[in-house]
Order: sequence, then C-alpha cells, then structure tokens
Amino acid sequence: MAGPIIELKDVVKRYGALAAVNGVSLSIEAGSFVALLGGSGSGKTTALKTINGLVAADAGEVRVEGKLAASQPGWALRRRIGYVFQEIGLFPHLTVAENIGVGPKLAGWRPAEIAARVQDLLELVALPQDVAGRLPGALSGGQRQRVGVARALAAKPAIMLMDEPFGALDPVTRDALSRDYRALHEHLGLTTLMVTHDVWEALLLADRIVVLSEGRVLADASPAVLLAGHPDARVRALMDTPRRQAERVRALEAGGA
Amino acid sequence: MDPRVAAAWALLPDYLGQHVLVSASSLVLGLAVSLPLAVAASRSAALRWPTLAAASLVQTIPGLALLALFYPLLLALSALSRTLFGHGFAALGFLPSLLALSLYSMLPILRNGVAGLTGVDPAVVEAAKGVGMTDRQRLFTVELPLAAPVIMAGVRTAAVWTIGAATLATPVGQTSLGNYIFSGLQTENWVFVLFGCAASAGLALIADQLLGLIESGLAKRRRWRVATGAIGLAIGTLVALTPLVGVGGGQARYTIGAKNFTEQYILADLIADRLEAEGAVVSRKDDLGSSIAYDALKAGEIDAYVDYSGTLWANVLKRTDNPGRAAVLAELTRTLKARDGVVVLGSLGFEDAYALAMRRSQAEALHIRTLDDLAAHAGQLTLGADLEFLSRPEWRSVREAYGLAFKRQVQYQPTFMYRALESGQVDVISAFSSDGRIAADDLVLLADPRQALPPYDAVLLVSPKRAADPKLVAALRPLVGAISLTEMQRANLSVDRDKASPAQAAKILATQLDQQVGARLH
Repeated sequence: MAGPIIELKDVVKRYGALAAVNGVSLSIEAGSFVALLGGSGSGKTTALKTINGLVAADAGEVRVEGKLAASQPGWALRRRIGYVFQEIGLFPHLTVAENIGVGPKLAGWRPAEIAARVQDLLELVALPQDVAGRLPGALSGGQRQRVGVARALAAKPAIMLMDEPFGALDPVTRDALSRDYRALHEHLGLTTLMVTHDVWEALLLADRIVVLSEGRVLADASPAVLLAGHPDARVRALMDTPRRQAERVRALEAGGA
Repeated sequence: MDPRVAAAWALLPDYLGQHVLVSASSLVLGLAVSLPLAVAASRSAALRWPTLAAASLVQTIPGLALLALFYPLLLALSALSRTLFGHGFAALGFLPSLLALSLYSMLPILRNGVAGLTGVDPAVVEAAKGVGMTDRQRLFTVELPLAAPVIMAGVRTAAVWTIGAATLATPVGQTSLGNYIFSGLQTENWVFVLFGCAASAGLALIADQLLGLIESGLAKRRRWRVATGAIGLAIGTLVALTPLVGVGGGQARYTIGAKNFTEQYILADLIADRLEAEGAVVSRKDDLGSSIAYDALKAGEIDAYVDYSGTLWANVLKRTDNPGRAAVLAELTRTLKARDGVVVLGSLGFEDAYALAMRRSQAEALHIRTLDDLAAHAGQLTLGADLEFLSRPEWRSVREAYGLAFKRQVQYQPTFMYRALESGQVDVISAFSSDGRIAADDLVLLADPRQALPPYDAVLLVSPKRAADPKLVAALRPLVGAISLTEMQRANLSVDRDKASPAQAAKILATQLDQQVGARLH
C-alpha cells in the first residue's frame, strides 16, 4: 500500500481560547482498527471530525487517501467515508430502507441497485428483511444502531469513522453489536477509527489504541504493548483499571470454584 | 326572504370572489417571501433577530393603517414609473391590498418557519451532513419535510389573519367582504354588517380546516389528508373566482367611485344605472377616503364621482378664503382642469355643506342660533365630529373665526355621530346639510355669519382620461342642476332610517328626475 489511508499532521482546532485538539499527528494504515481513547474533553471527537470535514482544522494537515481534506468540499469527502455516532440520527420521516439508501441515492445509484444493496446490508447487520418498510421510531435502540451502521456502509466506503457508536446501548446489546461490527470490519476490509472513553471496548476491539488527553496524544501502541507498561503515569493508571477488574473477576471465579 | 338578505346574497359572488382573490394572492406572495427568509434566518443567528423583529413590528401597525399607507407609497411609485417608463400603474385597489396583506401574513409564517427549522433534531442534521448531503439537499430532503407541520401551522394562522384583515381592504378600493361591513355600518344596515362578518368568518373557518387537514397529514405522514386538503383548497379557490372571469369583454368599462357615506352610494348608483342603461359595463369603487377619491380620479383609476366644492377648495386647492358660491365653483372648474386635467362637469343642484347642528330643544333653551352664539356656550358643550372633520382645514377656519373651544371633542363614524346627538352623549355635531336625518331628528343647523365654511355644491367630476368620452358625458350631463336639496335629503333618509338600499333610493331619485324632464317638456 502506498502510504497511510488517513494522515493527520500537527492538527490544531481551537474553540475560543481552548485548544480542543492541540497538535495531533496520526498515521493510519489501510485495514487497521484504531481506537481513539480518552475522557471527556480530551479532544478525541474533535480530532475524528477533522477527518470527514465536520470540523475544519485551524492548523495542520489532514489527508484522506492521500488527498488534502481541506482541498475538497466537505460533502464530497463525506460521501466516501462512513460515519456512525452515538445519537445515530436516523431520518425519522424516512423508512429504514430509505435511510439506508440515502448515501447510494446521493451517489446516483439506480433504484434497483439501491434496493438490492439495502437487502444485502440488512442481512450484513443481522436485521430481518421486514424492518425495511418501517419508520425508525418503531425500532429498538440496538436495531436502530444496526440501521445506522448499515447506512454508513451503504455507499461502500473504505473508511469508517465511529464516535462512541455503541455508547447508549445496554451491555448485552452493546457486546453483540461491537463483536458483529468487528467481524464486518474484517469481512469488508475496512479501515475503522473508533472514538471511545471505554478502556475495555478499546482493548477488546482495536488493533491499536491512541490515548488522547487535553488535545494531545499521550500514547499510541497496540493493546498488548500498552498493557505491558507505559512511561506516562496517566496511561498506566488508565490501563490499571481493566487489569484490576480482570484480576477481581478471576479471584471471584477461583473463590467460587 | 328579507329584501336586505336577498340584496346581500346577490352581491356575494362578486364580494366573495374578490375577497378570495386578494387574500389567496397575498398569502401566496407572503409565503413566497417569508419561507426563503425563514430558511435564511434559521441558518444565521445574526439575521434571525432583525427579521423577526421587523415582522413583529409590521404586525403592531393597525391593519387599516397599513393598507392606507401603501396607497400614497404606490401613488408616488406610479408617478415615478410614469416619468421613467412612460406608464404608471393602479395605486388603488388590488395592489396596495396585496402588498399590505402579504406583509401582514409574514409574521406567523416566519416565526413558525424559524422555529420549525431550528427545532430539527441536531443529531438528524449531523447525520445528514455525515452521509454527504449538500446544504441544499439537507434543506429539501430533511429539514423542510421535518419542519413542514410547524410551518403549515404558521400558514394556517396567516390564512386566518389575512382573510380577516382583507375586509379592511374596502377603503383603499379593493372590493371584499368588507364592503358589506363598511356600507352596512354607514347605512345602518345591520343585516349587511352581520352578513359580511359571517361570510368572512365562514371563509376563514373553511380555509383553516382545509389547511389543518394538510398540517395533520404532514405531521402524521398521511398522504391522502394532504391531498384532500390541497384539492379542497384548489377547488374552493377556483369556484370562488369563477364569477370574476369573463366580465365586460370588449365593451367600454367605467369605474365609478364613491366615498364612504350614504349620499355617495346613492349618487354612484344613479350614475352607474344611467351608464348601464346606455349599454356600458360599470364597476364600482366604494368607501374611498376623501382625498383618496380625488387622487384616484386624477390618476384615472376611477372615471367619475361626486365631490363637494368646499372640500376640493380646502383640501385640493388648500384655500381658506371664501369668495362665494359661484366664484368658488368657477375657480375650481378652471384650476382643476388646468392643473390636473380633471373636468368639473357641473353642480348637481344642491349643497351638502358641513354645518354644526344641535338638537332643536337644546339650541332653543340656550338661545343658540349662530356659531357666534355657540362660541359663548362651547366650554360647557361636547362636540361630536365625523372621522375627518377635526383634521380638515374647514374646522380650523371655523374654530379660529369664532374662537370655538369645546369641553370635549369625540369622533364618530357618521351613523353613530347622529345617534350620539340624539341620545345626548354629545351636544353639537358636524352635520351634513343634505342629510335627511337633520329634519328627521329635529336638528337645527347653526348659521355661519362670518362665512368661515366654504360652499359645498355637489359637483360631478370626470377623470382626465375620460374627459372627452361622449358616452360618459352624455350620461352625466342631464344630472347637472337636476337634484334639489329636498330630493337628496329624502333619498338619504330613506336609506339611513327607512332601510331602503342605496340602489333603491337611486331608482326613486331617477324616476323623479324623469318626471321633471317630462314636466319641463310639457
């Protein structure tokens, strides 16, 4: 592969006096699954949105598939990038099929192609075909986010940006959905960048974790490397939490046996 | 059926058609302007406040005043266009009504438009951007459909307001259901007033229900509801407009003006009847304000009407002197022709003078016969005036000539002015000498020894455009010198108190004229 599919160089985004993103550089290879991990106010969502142009960087460079993001209209950029976020934002006046078909329709697909694509996608995200004609209001939270994922995938993007995609779901649904998505990621050969504040989620899903704090990158490594130890105390503290939880679970199991 | 109800029904197709025409056009224009404005205001917070504030400000202007203000504005624009492009446009009637009512309809559409568009779930907006919609695509496929029920609710409010306010278009020369109300009020024809109110309310109710069907159809995504509402509106509008189509093809068309009182309605009917007898098609512009009528004649928007020499002397020529009846008439005839091209065809034969009147009993008790006598008692008396007298130059000259200072001054619509004098709420009124109610109510007119009030000969005026029109002149010429004060008073009283319609009074007057002509021939 000729160079990274997504590249951020010294990206800065300020809101008034506050620098939400304060010089972030990232280079993401095609096919990787990267988690942007951080607490609220760490700048992870803002950094993500500079990639699909929902946020314009004040300084630095963002390149997507080798091209400068700032050199093209935002809508054109976004048609090539899937976007899933916690609030989902399904169009309440359109049916599930129409919601999923929005991207392909914008790209000028023929109605028959769109219909076939909707059918495939419903299967891919494990939804029954009969939800196609329903309005989003008639779906459960988990079903809605499955439709959200299907909508983001509809125009066959190579890149998926996900902002706390499963954050609002109950633990069981959330686990099922994130495992299903990870499988889709492999199956479709996607490049996924997922924002999360949940260390567990990052550890279980991602190949690589980028830890952000106050708009800067604190750590950038594989889950195994981060768990093994890190020079920054804040990163070590972050990684300690899942370890202690896991030890506790193990102790409980041993005691109960 | 009561003859007044029958008369009201007979006028309904024209009045309703005109009413629907002006309110529907205003609503469409208002929508066409305020919807894009609402979109712009919803996207720019900087634009939102000034836009909504301006629309609210317009709403605080009384409807009648807003309509009236558009007339001088359009008149000036029309004059400008005549200088620049060689032709002007009608500043009276449809245009000022359309503009004023469209402005009036904007606030609810704007307010609901902005509320609807800014109220769209931010997550949905984010998703629309996320899938790669352009601003335009987002507006048309997401924001407008989602805001549609709220916008429609605003359109509904606007429709009800516009249909109600359109009744106020009558005084600027736009026929509407308000014609029932204004002329009914003037001639104490309460059947007409009630009929006008009911018709306008009924129309508003039907429009509201049909728009409500569209609104709920949009909210609940029921296409058939939207379709039923839209089709109902379209059919209703078309049916209402049908009577307006195909009037007067080819034939000469004359427009006769009338100010807003009984005598004017009767005389306009008399003139119209005579023209129609000659095979002409005649339309009417009733309830015009005093100075609006003259300006409209000058501009050719009406072809003929009756005015009063003193009124023209004071208001058009701005004169305050009083050289006597014949001299005033002669000078008016000369100056109006030379200055405005308006032809004074001649006097009808009677005066309808402004005169101060009192109840005979009170005048005798106080020994008041003249305005000089009145001045001594004015401090204890209340003056009731019609709506324009106190702002006319004649009042200024009377007041100054006699040093009149009343305890209180109250303005009334003329019908109520006479009633107020009768019931003792006021002691002196600004009466009209040809008014039949002077005799009927046993009033005395106070003498004007200092001649502060000019003579008020009723004169026939013809527009510059029709000055040499043989048919019009032939129809009007026989009226010159033909109507005596007693005849006019009797005709006025038959309408004001005996509930005859102005048209009936005009017919009786015409019969009397024919008999006179017959008698003269024998």
